[in-house]
Amino acid sequence: MAFVRAPSPFLLVLVLALSISAAITATTTVPQPISDHHRSAALNLFAPSHGSFPSLQDAYEALRVFEILGIEEKHRVSTDTCKVVLENLSSLSSSLKDLFYALKVNGILKCKVNGEVFEGIASRLKASISDASPLPDLYYSIGGLVLIKDQDSNVDVLLADATGTFQSIKAQSQSDGKWRYSSDKTESSAYAAGLAFEALAGVISLASSEIDQSKVNTVKHDILKLFGSIEKNDDGSFYFDGETVGGHEHQDSLSTTSSVVRGVTAFAAAVSGEINQLPGDKTLGLAKFLLGIGVPGDAKDFFNQVESLAFLESKRVTIPLILSLPETVYSLTTKGQLKVRVSTALGSAAPPLVVKLVRAFSSGAKDSSIIESKELQYDKRSGLHVLDGFTNNVDVGTDVFVFEIVLHDSHSKQVYATGGQIHMPIYVTGIIAVSNAEIGVLGDLGSVQTKKALDLAGNDVVSFSANHLQKLRFSFQLATPHGHVFKPHQAILKFRHEIKVEHVFVIGNVGKKFEITLDFLGLVEKLFYLSGKYDIELTVGDAAMENSFIRLLGHVKLDLPEAPEKAAQPPAPPVDPYSRYGPKTEITHLFRTPEKRPPQNLSITFLGLILLPFLGFLIGLLRLGVNLKNFPSSTVPAAFALLFQLSIAAVLLLYVLFWLKLDLFTTLKTLGFLGAFLMFSGHRILSYLASTSTKLKSA
Amino acid sequence: MARSTSKDAQDLFRALWSAYSATPTNLKIIDLYVMYAVFTALIQVVYMAMVGSFPFNSFLSGVLSCVGTAVLAVCLRIQVNKENKEFKDLAPERAFADFVLCNLVLHLVIMNFLG
Repeated sequence: MAFVRAPSPFLLVLVLALSISAAITATTTVPQPISDHHRSAALNLFAPSHGSFPSLQDAYEALRVFEILGIEEKHRVSTDTCKVVLENLSSLSSSLKDLFYALKVNGILKCKVNGEVFEGIASRLKASISDASPLPDLYYSIGGLVLIKDQDSNVDVLLADATGTFQSIKAQSQSDGKWRYSSDKTESSAYAAGLAFEALAGVISLASSEIDQSKVNTVKHDILKLFGSIEKNDDGSFYFDGETVGGHEHQDSLSTTSSVVRGVTAFAAAVSGEINQLPGDKTLGLAKFLLGIGVPGDAKDFFNQVESLAFLESKRVTIPLILSLPETVYSLTTKGQLKVRVSTALGSAAPPLVVKLVRAFSSGAKDSSIIESKELQYDKRSGLHVLDGFTNNVDVGTDVFVFEIVLHDSHSKQVYATGGQIHMPIYVTGIIAVSNAEIGVLGDLGSVQTKKALDLAGNDVVSFSANHLQKLRFSFQLATPHGHVFKPHQAILKFRHEIKVEHVFVIGNVGKKFEITLDFLGLVEKLFYLSGKYDIELTVGDAAMENSFIRLLGHVKLDLPEAPEKAAQPPAPPVDPYSRYGPKTEITHLFRTPEKRPPQNLSITFLGLILLPFLGFLIGLLRLGVNLKNFPSSTVPAAFALLFQLSIAAVLLLYVLFWLKLDLFTTLKTLGFLGAFLMFSGHRILSYLASTSTKLKSA
Repeated sequence: MARSTSKDAQDLFRALWSAYSATPTNLKIIDLYVMYAVFTALIQVVYMAMVGSFPFNSFLSGVLSCVGTAVLAVCLRIQVNKENKEFKDLAPERAFADFVLCNLVLHLVIMNFLG
């Protein structure tokens, strides 16, 4: 009996989701032939921006992919692209690579090019073929000449010294079948070998006189040696490993594989049907590798994948046949047919054949077969091979089906590669029978005190009470539709106390019977000595179980002893992870309560009272007989007197403004100006008054 | 006895008043001004006693403004009074200029404190 404490049901859901997703991702590793997914992806990847492509190579790759996949996209781009093609072909300064791709695009778009232009290019390309040229230049030149030959038969493209050119290319080959780019480079690569094979194929087709057969045979030998260095994956796919060439240019395994496939198929075409030395499992493995990539997100990868698959189907080598399953998950409740599709890698129809189910076995028990040697029926309407009633034999779980493709006529056996026995995973789901559920409380000596039968399919709920000297036993049985043992991914009993503390127990099984006995005496510490009501919840779940469930079994009232002082405290209830996305509790702001203000009438009365002393002051002034006779009579001192009074008033007004709205800095700046003015005018008027009073005194 | 007391008091006040009447008018104006300031301060104190001292800074500003003005006015009166020989050489205009300057500084602080 295992004991786990899970913090939340969220974890269980996660585990269940992971197990289901693992089951689903396992199915996607089986290669599927090219389908409409590729077509829609191609339309997105190769969509020309503003009606034109960034370069001729991009244009060629896009058009070639559209051609292979049967997408009608030519007319939309042909005008603009043809213009670029003609510019490149007529220009004397365009590079060999541009000429090569211009001719390739022209081969697809069939732009109107003059025969004279072709002749000009042909002579230029011929001139560039010399013994010392590096491999890529030879590749572009020879490739260009081959393309001209296909596009305009009137142009003379034949090589006078074909044997010499053949030799100079062959001279760069290494003992392991790889090639060097030029004689001054030391590294060799399979990518270069692909280029070399294609160039050699071109030389053979351009030769004015027959190339010596022994030379051709050495190249065939090189191809076989190169295939000796091929890499293999566990799933039976073959590929050429990526490599860094010349210290900087890195070719990944897809472009390397693609280059080799292109070169070998071109060479096979040139030597006309004599290169069936390549074993079928290699071509099938290459196709599996290319299909295993899925739908590439990169235009270059996409082109390499699709073009290589097209070359594998070009009847120059054995054509790989791909067996795929439209569905890999079958349900015993719906009793569907087992469906198998056989097609070429590009998804075109296979020759007449029979698919045999050699055997099928459960993934757990490899030695015992469930089904042995059955022949699938061909359904002409859907193009699928079907097997009825296979669900009678298989049971819930993961099975491995072993298929074999048997071709009808012997000619097909020469042309197609079937790959022998093919292992396919099949997932079978079904409804699991749940029965004999019993829950009961046992005494300390194992005597049954209470026992109740439960119908787990129904909704009945039990309640018990128990103390720490007793035990709780729960058992049930699981069986597959065929009555076999079924062990679900999850069989979990959960106790939940009123204060949300949870305990999870994994239920073990003996055969069909699942049983758990909880001895409360041993569990008191883990239950944190918490007496009270516990909810009991049962989870039985599996990706293959169609009736997975989680349900409340009932309640148990536990009477546990008092906790000793040092006992662990129960953990805080888990915080709902979603609660942090919910609304926060509203914040109530605490403000200072405003001070009690006096009644407004009282304040206004006192404002009036304040004026009374002022009134008394004015009356007193009148009683004293104050006058302004001392005010200077002449103009200049009178003006200064007035200015003095005004500037005092201005300063007081500034103070009022300071009180109402201005800040200290503004006030002080303004006060500086006003103060200077006040000092000046005050000094003038007061010194004038002082002088007049002294004059008066002296007089 | 009481009668004679009130009569004495009346005589005393009359004597004081007659003595004060001899004071020059400019000093009387300053006295009047001081009275005015002191009464204004008193009214504010009464108001504070009735309603409480809540904006205490405002109350202080108001009262100190009045008291400060009164004190400055008294200083002015001392300097202007011709009988004070101590300030004989000081021109009354100079004293007035001091009074104005001190008032302006006082009220700048008062305004800042008023809130």
